[in-house]
Amino acid sequence: MSGRQGVDLGVIALPWRAREFYVTLACLAVLLAAFTFGLVAGSSRMGVGDVWATLLGSGTRSFEFIVFELRLPRVSAAIGVGLCLGLAGALTQTFSRNPLATPDILGVTSGASAGAVTAIVIGGGGYSVGASLLGFGIPVVATAGGLIAAAIVYGLSWRQGVDSFRLILIGIGATAILGGLVNYLLVRAQLTQVTAATQWMVGSLSGVSWASVWPMVVVLAVMLPLALSQSAPLTINQLGDEFSTALGVAVQRHRLLVIVAAVVLTSAAVSAAGPVEFVAFVAPQVARRLARTPRPPLLASALVGAALVLLADVSARVAFGTEIPVGIVTALIGAPYLIWLITRPNLKERA
Amino acid sequence: MTHSVLTAALAAEAATLGYDDHVVFSGLDLHIEPGTVTTLIGANGCGKSTLLKAFGRLLTPSAGSIRLEGTPLRRLSARAVARRLAILPQKPLTPGATTVRDLVMRGRHPHQRLLRPWTAEDAAKVEAAIDATGMTELADRDVGSLSGGQLQRAWIALVLAQDAPTILLDEPTTFLDLSHQLEVLRLVRTINARHGSTIVMVLHDLSLAARYSDRLVVLHQGRVLADGEPWQVITPEVLATAFGLDALVIADPASGRPLVVPLEPTGAHEGAARAPAAAVGGPARPDGASDAGRPGTEPSRGLPLRVGYPS
Repeated sequence: MSGRQGVDLGVIALPWRAREFYVTLACLAVLLAAFTFGLVAGSSRMGVGDVWATLLGSGTRSFEFIVFELRLPRVSAAIGVGLCLGLAGALTQTFSRNPLATPDILGVTSGASAGAVTAIVIGGGGYSVGASLLGFGIPVVATAGGLIAAAIVYGLSWRQGVDSFRLILIGIGATAILGGLVNYLLVRAQLTQVTAATQWMVGSLSGVSWASVWPMVVVLAVMLPLALSQSAPLTINQLGDEFSTALGVAVQRHRLLVIVAAVVLTSAAVSAAGPVEFVAFVAPQVARRLARTPRPPLLASALVGAALVLLADVSARVAFGTEIPVGIVTALIGAPYLIWLITRPNLKERA
Repeated sequence: MTHSVLTAALAAEAATLGYDDHVVFSGLDLHIEPGTVTTLIGANGCGKSTLLKAFGRLLTPSAGSIRLEGTPLRRLSARAVARRLAILPQKPLTPGATTVRDLVMRGRHPHQRLLRPWTAEDAAKVEAAIDATGMTELADRDVGSLSGGQLQRAWIALVLAQDAPTILLDEPTTFLDLSHQLEVLRLVRTINARHGSTIVMVLHDLSLAARYSDRLVVLHQGRVLADGEPWQVITPEVLATAFGLDALVIADPASGRPLVVPLEPTGAHEGAARAPAAAVGGPARPDGASDAGRPGTEPSRGLPLRVGYPS
């Protein structure tokens, strides 16, 4: 009995959850396959062997250029965006005890959009969302917009502590206001600016460079351990705030940490690729159904998010040959998969 | 006085308790002796749950203090309190895709350490709690598939796994039929006898409260109306004041404890004849018997509970 419940490695002793563990491993394997596929796919022909040889340091000079300068930044950005959004989605859905609560409800995404669109429209905006724009001013403005909006939503939700239901309602209100602002700006803008803004708002990985990858790496290095440290309180909090307090969770501190992690992760992803839709919603739900856990498992959600964004970006490149914004493809791939998971027969658990 | 404050399992000292705009208790003094089963009773809205929440650190007194084993609660961390005091709230949320064992495992949270959150000791305590509540055969069942009585035992198992010397139960028998109410209360007595646990609970059924408690505390209009052993407390006078209830108190032939027999208001004899039938046909209310003859059930004078759970 005790062998089934826990695993004791001396320094570390953990509860043993076989299915969650194997699902996480499987997600990692899928991500690794997608990673290889992402580096192989492209106009210059390279085999799987060439790609891995280059990655491990024994490739030709031209292969090195193609892999490290052209393909790896984009693949890494896709993985980073997916990890950030998948994890942020798992956090918001869990703390709010609501599968519909994506980080959008914290006001981050709409705040970032409002910031970016304002910058594009007022700042003139280029003909396309080229590397110059994406790589520089827009991410900064978007991040600032997202953080400010999230801070305001959190502040307005505060009344002797933050109640998650109240936070969601205020977040929805703030999202509506900011959405109205974005639409107003788009209606007043020049056509070229509208094109640039719309492309940004759909979420795109075209033109990403290492400069957009590093911030996400830093954010993940800090926020992933922080999120994992809140894993046990997140599980406890499903019993309600009172029970959490009774079981020794400092509920308000825990909630603040979770919200900060979700906000920072989301703004890192949004500043790199724009608001890639649907990943934060679908990845945790897919991970939870695969692992059959009471709440979305954090690591698996992040990995599913990464695999989803990467596969969406690569298949868009391969299948269409032209630049289809990744945000469109994530919805086209992710939504049917989720619907299939929910509706497939013989599933014991309820949605 | 000072002495008993320090030796009591729980003590309210001149505590003022309430919510945003209204005070429920002001300057309340009450001590709970270790190793006893104490039940708080009183009419709806009298502050039973408020007091229990204050004891459980879910509500901070605006003046005065609550002491746990002599130490003021506000000087203890949430975790330190949770290792010494367990509380089963009235309406816990039942998580999905969770087995009974998974649920009970959460009770170990206050004991978990950073790198060793799950040890053989934790596993042993969980199995012992599952065993003590008779949930062994249901341990791998999903909590969503349990009946009300089984679910309540699962919650109690979680609280037991917490391994705290003091346990607070907020209306642990609500929504249960009579046999399951008895089952829960017998379990409470067993826990008290086996571990010497201090138990404070809120119950609505006066006769059951009298039968299974060492001490009853009757709360009325923000103060303690009566306090003592069941026979000292359950008297027609106290029932009249606390509940507006005209009742006989007789000895329960099975337990020898006081049994409350509500009387109909004079001139309502025809109604009295029909009352039992109505009670049988009505919804299953655990306190139906003691409510039957209450003349004017007070309208919800500001529910003491703020709805804290979004659905």
